Order: sequence, then structure tokens, then C-alpha cells
Amino acid sequence: MDKILRVNMTDLTVKVEPVPADWAGLGGRALTSTIVAAEVPPTCHPLGPNNKLVFAPGLLSGTAASNANRFSCGSKSPLTGGIKECSAGGTSSGLIARLGYKAIIIEGKPAGDTWYTVVVHKDGATIKPETEVLRLGTFATVQHVNEHYGEDFGVITLGPAGENLMAIANISVKDPESKIRSFGRGGLGAVMGSKKVKMIVVNPEGGVALRLADPAKFKAANQAFTKTLLDHPVSGQGLKKYGTAVLVNVLNEAGGLPTKNFTSGQCAHHDAISGETMYENIVARGGEPSHNCSPSCQIQCSQIYNDKDGNYVTSGFEYETIWALGADGMVEDLDVIAEIDNVFDDIGVDSIETPVMLAVAMEAGLLPWGDGKRILELLRNDITHATPLGRMLGGGTGHVGRAFGMTRIPVVKNQAIPAYDPRPIKGIGVTYATTTMGADHTAGYAIATNILNVGGKVDPLSNDGQVELSRNLQIATAAIDSTGLCLFIAFPALDIPECLGGVIDLLNARYGINLTGDDVIALGKQVLKIEHAFNLAAGLGPETDRLPEFFELEAIEPHNVKWDMDQKELASFWNF
Amino acid sequence: MQITVKLFATFRQDRFKLAEQDYPEGTTIADVLDALAIAAPDVGMLFVNGRSAEPERRLASGAVLAIFPLVGGG
Ligand code: SF4
Repeated sequence: MDKILRVNMTDLTVKVEPVPADWAGLGGRALTSTIVAAEVPPTCHPLGPNNKLVFAPGLLSGTAASNANRFSCGSKSPLTGGIKECSAGGTSSGLIARLGYKAIIIEGKPAGDTWYTVVVHKDGATIKPETEVLRLGTFATVQHVNEHYGEDFGVITLGPAGENLMAIANISVKDPESKIRSFGRGGLGAVMGSKKVKMIVVNPEGGVALRLADPAKFKAANQAFTKTLLDHPVSGQGLKKYGTAVLVNVLNEAGGLPTKNFTSGQCAHHDAISGETMYENIVARGGEPSHNCSPSCQIQCSQIYNDKDGNYVTSGFEYETIWALGADGMVEDLDVIAEIDNVFDDIGVDSIETPVMLAVAMEAGLLPWGDGKRILELLRNDITHATPLGRMLGGGTGHVGRAFGMTRIPVVKNQAIPAYDPRPIKGIGVTYATTTMGADHTAGYAIATNILNVGGKVDPLSNDGQVELSRNLQIATAAIDSTGLCLFIAFPALDIPECLGGVIDLLNARYGINLTGDDVIALGKQVLKIEHAFNLAAGLGPETDRLPEFFELEAIEPHNVKWDMDQKELASFWNF
Repeated sequence: MQITVKLFATFRQDRFKLAEQDYPEGTTIADVLDALAIAAPDVGMLFVNGRSAEPERRLASGAVLAIFPLVGGG
């Protein structure tokens, strides 16, 4: 009873379609990228009627499998001009899967000025004009749904940035605490806004427990898999206690913590913005160090961070956000960073693109380094109300850098480079340059093997072996992103064989199939190739698979290294 | 000789964040771990002056040694 839900915003019609045979074995990223490649003309305008927005739960979402309730959102990105897939937690993935939808495709674009809410239910969807939550932030929108629809409804929504079609806009998803998780990168909020969809609410009524081909085997596989998550020190203990922010001090020690718009690899005030300090504050102020972003998560890297008076400030307080504001933008006070993170969530902007853009604006002299107060004003006034300045900032890092005639603009395919400097950590540089997504650390997290000593060791300062490392990681990641599993299962998967074995057993027991490890690798390769072909046809050729020139010209301390990988060697990434 | 030792995450519990410590010439990282009662399997990353290092490594006077448990993020 798997179905595809197609919502046409041009003529405001809804169709429930059977799943084409080719799509039957796909989920998550594999499905969103396949649908985008099949149905979106690569040369279309990302905000025009020919682009589509596709949501797909992972292959294991909606079941009892641990950490499997994430879903993918795919489209052509208004930021990169290429294909985009983002993964998010929250409660909607499992609800959509249990309603029997393998994917929701939002297509077309309405002619008038009316905004809409799409109510997804067991028999399809209802498109309703929306007035009540327009211009509201994401927290108030979620509150509105809880009060007027039901606490158990899923919510996928936009903040003001998405309504204003900004390239920094993300798509927000309600989490189990009625807080926010995000499809962060690539400006997908602008695509949803272009279709005049303020929110998608998911009515759980009539959702059914998913049929398992072999329930006993599924249960056993989940137990074995979960054990590996709890046994591995990173997923079982480290992430629970310190969250991802534990990386601030790690990257600072390794000399790869980009500071002051990528001009140094170490930051003097690293300890004040570290995971260790965050943990101390959380405990002292009655917050929660471990928290899940989606049902069935066993790793719990999220947390609830309170202010000095014990009031909620933010959750899902990630390393990348803390790095971008704290080190790249020099905001030294973790409490101010937390407040800004909350505003990012509320107005619906990517918490990597936006602060990296702000650091570029600081270097340009638009605001002083580390000025948290001014950042909050820019977010709450200019970006929220889309003033001309707000629109300029809302175009993202590349846009602002060009506006000020700068050369140090940390982007690949116009998407901001995240929290790991590619000069002293060559493996992540290969990922930034080659991934179909534009600069994205999650696409092939070479930090694991370059720095964290997970999945072996490859010297971060040498070019040797980095292309192969990044390729293997990108292939595996594309496969994991298709299952609905959180990427952090990669830590045990890289070290404990039973982990990946458990995932394969789960898939086989769910669908009654006989996948092997090779099949999973083949799926990952297929996904990357589909995405790459889309990008080539969209105009993102091999010359865009590179890092910005300043990395080749400017050496970074403390290791005093430049980016010096041969372009031919980089191009060999695609030899598979 | 003087060594600067930096500890992180759980290793700070009942120990310290940063300390200048005196060790005899020829001290290895493993000797420092022993002195701090940190068990080798608990160690995730070792850096000497910002570069990854192995426990057998002999330390030079003035070295900065950073010791992390197994942690990760992303
Ligand atoms: S580990 Fe973190 S990101 Fe992954 S599912 Fe759990 S809370 Fe979400």
C-alpha cells in the first residue's frame, strides 16, 4: 500500500499514485534524488514552476528501528544551482511513512498572492488557503498547529526568511518537544516559499504499523544494531554528554578550526565556546545534556540549553553553529551564541550559511567582529522584515562576498564551507570540492578518519589517500541517507562490523529481500551518479569541483599550510 | 623538563584542564598517561604541538600535549 502523494500548487490538485516499480526499493536520499533527476529539468529556475520539492522518509522510517526516523528533502537548490538533498529529524518522517507515503512531491506554483497550508492525511492531502500563521516564526507556527490541529500532528514549515524566498532559508520540522529541527542547507525554504506553501501538517490519524516481512528477524537485527550504537564510545557516550560541540576543542588542537573568516586555524577563546563549557552550563542551569531530535534515537546528540535563570534558550545546539558564530565570527559568549541559534531556528535560516555569511560581512566592515547584539538586530529586523540590507544578507555567503568585492569567500558551488579548514585537513577539502551538494561536511565526513581516529587513520596534512577516503565515505553516506538512519551511526559502523550488518539485516527483514553489503555500496554509487549527472546538465561542470582560490594563496596557522591538491587528482574522484 | 598537558572532556574530571608539569628527559606520552592514570584504551586522540602522535612518542622539553578521550561529532 505504498503510495506517492503528488501536490500540484499550480492548479491546487492532489493525486495519490502507485509507486513506480523503479522507485520501490528506494527511500530517503535515493528516492528524492531519483525523483528530482527524473522530473525536474536541470536548467529550470529553482524558484520557478518547474522545480519540485520532494520529501521522502527513509527505508526504515516509521519502524521500531533505532535512529531511523529521519527523512530527506530534495530539490534543485537556489543557492548552488545543483541538486540538493537535506536530512532532518523531527516527528514527521515516521508519521508520513505510517500513512503509507513513500514520497510527497510538491510541484508547480500558484499564480496569485495566496499562501497555503497542505494538510497531509491518510487519504491524500487538502490544500487550504493560509492566513493565520503567515509571517509568524517557526515556534509560533508549531504552537498554532498544536492548538488548532493536534499535539500529535507533524509540522514542516517556513519562517519569514522562507516566505521572503531567501537563499539562506531552511525548512523547519517539529521535533518531539515541539521545538525545531531543520532541512538546513541549500535554501530549500525558498523553494517551498516560491510554491506559496507556508506549512505542511501531517495528520497521524489512520497511520498503521508498518508491515515487516520477518518481524522476529527484524527485532533481533534491531537489538544487535542498537547494541553497537550503545557500545561505541562516540555514539554511546561522547555525543550524549557533550553533543557535537565537543569538536570545538578537538579542531582547535588540530589547527583546523577556521577562525575570523578562515584566517587562522586556532581560536584564542576556544574553551569558552567548547562542548565542555556547554555541558557545564547545561548541568548548572537545569537543562538536559542528552535529548533526541526524533523518536527512537539512541544516540541523543541533541540537548536543551538554558540561560542563567534556567529558562529555555535553544536545543540541537550544534558544533557547526557554535563554530561559525563563536570562532569564525568571533562571538565569545556561549549564551549569546545560544540566543542567536534560537533566532536562526525561529526565522528559519540555515545555521551554517547564515553565520559564515555574517563573518564575511564582518570582514567587509558591515558590522564589528563578534558583535552578537548587532547580529541579533540584523536577524530580527533586516532579515525578518526583508529590508534591502536583509535581502542582500539573505542571499548568502557568496552573495555578500561579491557585494563587497572580497576575495576570501569560503564557498564551494556558492554554498558556505562549514567548520573544518580544508588546508590542514585535506580529506574534508576533497569532500567540499567534489560532493554534489556544494560545500557540505556531512556528505563525506573525512574528519572521522583524518582527525578522530574512527575508521582508521589517514594523515590530515598529506594529500595521500584523501580522494579514496572521501569517495568511500561519500558512497556510504549516500546509502545511509537513504535508510532514514541518522548519519551518526557511521561512528560505530566504521569500527564495529555488526553495525552495518545490523542495518542490512533490518532492511532485509523489513522488505523480505536479500541485500548484501555490496548492494548497499551499489546503491550509494547509483545515488551519487544520478546527482552528478543532474549537476552536469545544470551547468555545474568539473571546473566547479574545486575550492576557492584563496585556499591556494593563503597559508593557515598553526601548520602554515595551503591547499595544494592537484585538480586532476581531485577529478579522479568520479572514477567509479 | 617542562611539558604542558591539556586534558579534555571526561579526562578533566578529578584532574585538570591545563597544567605545566615536570617530567624527566626521555618521557614518552605513554609515561604521561600512566602518571595521570589514564588507561590507553580510553584515549581517542593525542596531539603534540597540534600534530597527531602515538603513545610511544618521546616528548621534547616545552612540548604541548593534548589528550582526548574517544569523542566525535559532525
Ligand atoms: S544522534 Fe542527534 S541528530 Fe542523530 S537522530 Fe539522535 S538527536 Fe538526531
